[in-house]
Amino acid sequence: MSLDAVFLSRLQFFWVVALHILLPAFTVGLASYIAVLEGLHFTTGRAVYLRLSKFWLKVFAVSFGMGVVSGIVMPFQFGTNWSRFSDMTADIVGPLMAYEGLTAFFLEAGFLGVLLFGRARVPPWMHFAAAVMVAAGTLFSTFWILVVNSWMQTPTGHAMVDGRFFPEDWIAVIFNPSFPYRFVHTVTAFYITTALVVAGVAAYHLRASRFREEGTTMLKMAFGLLTILVPLQIELGDQHGLNTLEHQPVKIAAIEANWETQGRMPLLLFALPDERAERNRYEIGIPVLGSVILTHDRDGVVQGLKNWKPADRPPVAIPFFSFRIMVGTGVAMLSLVVCSWWVWRQKKFADARWFLKLCELASPLGFVAVIAGWVTTEVGRQPWVVYGLVRTRDAVTPSLGPGDVVVSLVVYIVAYIVIFGAGGYFLLRMLRAGPVDKPLASGPQQAATPARPMSAAEGE
Amino acid sequence: MLALDIVPLWAGVLALSVFMYVLLDGFDLGIGILFPYAPDDASRDQMMNSVAPIWDGNETWLVMGGIALLAAFPLAFAVILPAVYFPILFMLVGLTFRGVAFEFRHLTHKRYWDHAFHWGSVVATIAQGLVLGTYVQGIPVNGRVYAGGSFDWATPFALLTGVGLIAGYGLIGACWLVMKTEGPLQDWARKKAMTFTFGVAAFIGAVSIWTPFIQLQIYARWFAWPNLLLLAPVPVITLALFAWLLRSLKARRDVAPFLAALGLFGMCYLGLGISIIPMIVPYSITFWAAASSGKSQTFLLVGTVFLLPIIVMYTGWSYWVFRGKVKAGVGYH
Repeated sequence: MSLDAVFLSRLQFFWVVALHILLPAFTVGLASYIAVLEGLHFTTGRAVYLRLSKFWLKVFAVSFGMGVVSGIVMPFQFGTNWSRFSDMTADIVGPLMAYEGLTAFFLEAGFLGVLLFGRARVPPWMHFAAAVMVAAGTLFSTFWILVVNSWMQTPTGHAMVDGRFFPEDWIAVIFNPSFPYRFVHTVTAFYITTALVVAGVAAYHLRASRFREEGTTMLKMAFGLLTILVPLQIELGDQHGLNTLEHQPVKIAAIEANWETQGRMPLLLFALPDERAERNRYEIGIPVLGSVILTHDRDGVVQGLKNWKPADRPPVAIPFFSFRIMVGTGVAMLSLVVCSWWVWRQKKFADARWFLKLCELASPLGFVAVIAGWVTTEVGRQPWVVYGLVRTRDAVTPSLGPGDVVVSLVVYIVAYIVIFGAGGYFLLRMLRAGPVDKPLASGPQQAATPARPMSAAEGE
Repeated sequence: MLALDIVPLWAGVLALSVFMYVLLDGFDLGIGILFPYAPDDASRDQMMNSVAPIWDGNETWLVMGGIALLAAFPLAFAVILPAVYFPILFMLVGLTFRGVAFEFRHLTHKRYWDHAFHWGSVVATIAQGLVLGTYVQGIPVNGRVYAGGSFDWATPFALLTGVGLIAGYGLIGACWLVMKTEGPLQDWARKKAMTFTFGVAAFIGAVSIWTPFIQLQIYARWFAWPNLLLLAPVPVITLALFAWLLRSLKARRDVAPFLAALGLFGMCYLGLGISIIPMIVPYSITFWAAASSGKSQTFLLVGTVFLLPIIVMYTGWSYWVFRGKVKAGVGYH
């Protein structure tokens, strides 16, 4: 692969999306969690919910701000680097993205100010309503952007005239075959990601014997949700995989590194795919299980990569490994959930130190799974930008030279390292400070007010 | 083709989105431009507090303008953005640093993030001015593809509009502060507004004189009879707005300077529109040639007609919740 404008633009898009997606992966679930906390406080009046909501709101403000600024970059990438894609597909994706703006961005922005700064300025029910609106906005946003993404994976409802796509049936465009699966799979992944972070933060403080009431409340809420969502997600993932097999069989062939069309296909646990030799090295697999998972039949026949011309195949190694990372994290999450049932039965939630340590270690797993899953589905779509219809290399802006994209890529890399480095540092500091009922101050006055949790955080 | 031509309607929605962005983020960015020159740290906190609850909503208009262009006039989107590849890059990076500074400066290393806030605002503003200048210069097109190079924006004219926009945003930023603050900070903002008024006048004059010589089409349009007579109100009203701005600043009025400054932006915007209509990509692609299909425009119009009034309502409500003067020490966080 040469360092041309296409490859560099793809690298740039990967970089700006990969870092951006970390934030919605966290804030979509967090917005809903805050709405639930506000609702519980509004109905029960218990102070612990208010303390937790105030704490997570501060975290939300920073993450959401980073999400907004890194999100603004995205639509402009379509124009600057992928202008041919924009010209060809805008009649379809343009209105869909505009609906994201109209239904989500304004809703989030309009009510976020009231949610963050308006507690003293509006009645409590209105503040709760603002929390619900922000949460709804994040879900609407997820809905529309996944419509666009899914349409690029499994395009339906359009007609092609002179190489451009025109809408024929909007319902068919929106509810294209992969959309319902992708949407529920992604939203569930986002909720799990948030729940794991909440559990990890609770565990961190409980292990240090701080915030016992808050920590126990958070753990119970997180594992109540995870108990439902993690097993559900495994089922949803299976269904999504079957949907992919039906509509994008070559992607499944790459995910499984399956070169030959065969029945009784093994499930490979490890292999080094060699694309030039069209075979794998060092295969370790479980016989027949691949066919059972993909076709729910021992003798089910699965198409192999050799069914497609080399020019129409995606890269194999990347989806093969990223898929295994995603499934691996899923197995780890399920194990953690099973442990939580055991601890819950023993009524030792706040004291089982080994379990708390596990929760802490598991807190970033959701992010790993989201990135791995996204890489699997996007790299598996290659070499197409609109699956089967437009090749990625034909989508790039013709006036761009490799030098232009090298410069912009370097600028984005440096800027994002600074922004996300600082943001990550601030977020960790806030999370480690915990739900203290005082603003996070900076500078010398902090030493003068020795709030215990804060000084504990500083002492790390 | 539909029986009803909705292209002009979309041109209106697009024009409104871009104008809303310029006005609303204009005063946010203006505050960033003025930021390091404020009398003291307490004033800086107050300046920040005056826009903290609304800047995010203001920036949403930028996304909306970009996406409205993509959805309603995709050919223009696909041709204009490659022409301003680097200005867009500078703008996005500038906006990123300015945006995170709102949150980050409360956490640690306040001085660094204050710099990020200021320089992010300055870079984003100059970049937007470069986009404007490149646009007015004209964008070469071949078929459906941008035909120029990645550095066509690097001209003296675009640089002039880039620096000029600093004066423009600085002016509405200062007028916003006159409206939203009181005491010494307000006095300071009033002085700055006065200085920037003269700066803006100089730049509007320079750009107005230079523009017709950059593009003969614009020269022909401005100075042909009877256009000269029909267009005469634009400079006359502009001059009247300048007079009102200076008088209201001298009379220590709170709201009038802000309105006058907005009026000046409105007149410049109108002048731009008069010069290029019916082109959306100057000077070769019309709104109609760049428009997406009737089915796309209609599908989006249904939702826009229904949602836009609701958006305006709750955005207005959010401004109303945070109405009145920003007091010292009464912040957030």
